[in-house]
Amino acid sequence: MDKILLAHGSGGRLSHELIKGYLLGYISNEILCKMDDSAVISLAGKMAFTTDSFVVKPLFFPGGDIGRLAICGTVNDLATSGARPLYLSLALIIEEGFPLEDLQKIMESIRNTAVEAGIKIVTGDTKVVNHGGADGLFINTSGIGVIPDNTNLSGANARPGDKIIINGTLGDHGVAVMAARENLRFQIPVQSDCAPLNALVESIMEYGEYIHCLRDPTRGGLATTLNELAGQSGTGMVIYEDALPVKDAVRSACDMLGLDPVYVANEGKMVVIAAPEKADLILEVMRSHKYGRESAVIGEVTAKNPGRVIMKTLLGASRIIDMLSGELLPRIC
Amino acid sequence: MMIGEERILAKNLIQEIFRISSKEINLMEFCGGHTVAILKQGIRQLLPGHVHLLSGPGCPVCVTATGDIDNIIQLSGYRDVITATFGDLIRVPGSKSSLQKSRAEGNDIRVVYSALEALDIARQNPGKRVVMVGIGFETTAPTVAASVLQAEREGIKNYLVHSLHKLTPPVMKALLDSGDVKLDGIICPGHVSTVIGARPYEFIPQNYGIACAITGFEPLDILEGIHMLVRQIESGTPTVEIAYRRAVRPEGNLKALDLMNKVFTVGSAWWRGIGEVPGSGLKLREEYRAFDAATVFQLTPQDAAEPAGCLCGEILRAVKTPLDCPLFRKKCNPEQPVGPCMVSAEGACSAYYLYGESDG
Amino acid sequence: MCLAIPVKVKSIHGEEAEVESGGTSYKASIALVPEVKEGDYVLLHAGYAISIIDQQEAEETLRLLREIRVI
Repeated sequence: MDKILLAHGSGGRLSHELIKGYLLGYISNEILCKMDDSAVISLAGKMAFTTDSFVVKPLFFPGGDIGRLAICGTVNDLATSGARPLYLSLALIIEEGFPLEDLQKIMESIRNTAVEAGIKIVTGDTKVVNHGGADGLFINTSGIGVIPDNTNLSGANARPGDKIIINGTLGDHGVAVMAARENLRFQIPVQSDCAPLNALVESIMEYGEYIHCLRDPTRGGLATTLNELAGQSGTGMVIYEDALPVKDAVRSACDMLGLDPVYVANEGKMVVIAAPEKADLILEVMRSHKYGRESAVIGEVTAKNPGRVIMKTLLGASRIIDMLSGELLPRIC
Repeated sequence: MMIGEERILAKNLIQEIFRISSKEINLMEFCGGHTVAILKQGIRQLLPGHVHLLSGPGCPVCVTATGDIDNIIQLSGYRDVITATFGDLIRVPGSKSSLQKSRAEGNDIRVVYSALEALDIARQNPGKRVVMVGIGFETTAPTVAASVLQAEREGIKNYLVHSLHKLTPPVMKALLDSGDVKLDGIICPGHVSTVIGARPYEFIPQNYGIACAITGFEPLDILEGIHMLVRQIESGTPTVEIAYRRAVRPEGNLKALDLMNKVFTVGSAWWRGIGEVPGSGLKLREEYRAFDAATVFQLTPQDAAEPAGCLCGEILRAVKTPLDCPLFRKKCNPEQPVGPCMVSAEGACSAYYLYGESDG
Repeated sequence: MCLAIPVKVKSIHGEEAEVESGGTSYKASIALVPEVKEGDYVLLHAGYAISIIDQQEAEETLRLLREIRVI
């Protein structure tokens, strides 16, 4: 038997075989292996709780797959609150006919990423839907983390004078996924930047009182995220076109397709908004981390134009950067 | 060239423009690509206030007639048809629907970057008919022409083209004849000109006394194009100058013109906001009617009303700017576009919305 | 309707060429510039090379721009 059948989702014997034979082995821990309906955990203090669903297509792309994405996405959301991610749930909705071999690859990816992030998957669910119902596989993860005392991160906390820092190059994930789709005429040597950033965040939280907010610029890109932050905090933001780190291959792929890297999705990036007096120090710490080698200050928060994000162009003129509208489509015009 | 030097050269060019420019002048950037580049680079802010840049109708999506959009949407609904389109067209509203909505209903509509990919799809799907929607000016028409010839050579029988291609010089003439707007100079489309060369614009300085500069799209290219126009205007010697010399030859690309003329013939075309312009559209020639979606599917041009309050027509003719439109930013925005100028990434309204709103 | 970018021709195979910029490559058609050679730079538009970039003209343009100085 090499494909998922509807019966695998029915809750009966086949379901148990699937879980025991194909899933549990990758993510087992003492809580999960109790096989109770709920995971029972004890936590003290302020907690962060988040959920995310993953419907990426294709499921496998250069630099990652839906499994890695599912762990990183939730871990990073928790990290933006300054929380240490601890426990995740994992729900799979699998399409009938899905190759078991692919499921194993994805579970392996989930395991490796979970180990890297230092989290445990303590509860889960598996459903199987009819052919055509789930584009192969959909995943939902929810996560809990503990927020250390004296941590107060929020989009509302950005204030004029703060520096805007990013931990690396923009647009890698979106371009990698686009490249992995059917168009065989393009060869784009770009890997997704998909990565768990909780360790990076922990390393800079030593300067926690100077860090006002963290946000990961996923769908909609940097532009959308900064607009959200500007809106939440009632401040304006200025970024500098020549300071934005973009890989050459991403730049040229975007040029060819008529895309703008500031709107392209990232899955291993964190916007750090920090008080100016410690920005350089924070930058240095970020650069010493494997997921922050190309960190850069890309702009600052201002009191002017509240709610707006402005970009200073290469020529020194200003232009407004709005949120992403509609889909990103390759254009010829 | 390093960014540092680019900045210095730009600064010098701008100062030179300030130095020689003495009077109020209107320059039109004909092409949507220029509209976007100018707004993205913030060029208006850098120029003297008396040098006005107006956006023209060179956005092929914006000027596609609603009736033509309706035809394509209808075509996309046929079971055995795969509609291949450039991304720009997907969200343009027709009278009732859009290709995006048609796709959501389950019709096979694919965004392609090139007619080459539409040919690939045709080869891979012998049981279906693939219709390549040909929009674009003289930059794109030769590529679609080449794809038809390739299909013919390879015996690909399920590849069709629906030509909505339009020509640049005839619509420029129609615009100038309408007398709607007083122009002193035109920033001519750099990439269209790689194909058609400089000669087709000569009637503009000769008959209308308007300066022309064929311009590229990098910041320095655009500034140099504007500099050339100001120089021509100030010295009273309008002509057609090529600023984009590294890409544009005076005679154009003869091979591209040859292929274009082999496959297409010139006819009338309906330009949204402008109306019917004779000799401004391309249709497939008789001998290629087997590849002509209009023939095979009997698509006839239809008339359709503009949405109420939409000023796209006047904006395309540079009579009004997006800021004059009562719907701009209120009822009409990139999420819920009313007219094509907002849908297309290169429409004036979209560019104004996304990149900045200042007019000067 | 003018999105075309400069790319380098890496190799030619019949009527197609592998063109490249910044590491990204595309299997383009050279039907419109059959005289192109490996190593040339071309403008890529909608998958087709539409013009060969004249390096000398590029240098000449740069030279002229450099001559414009502030007094």
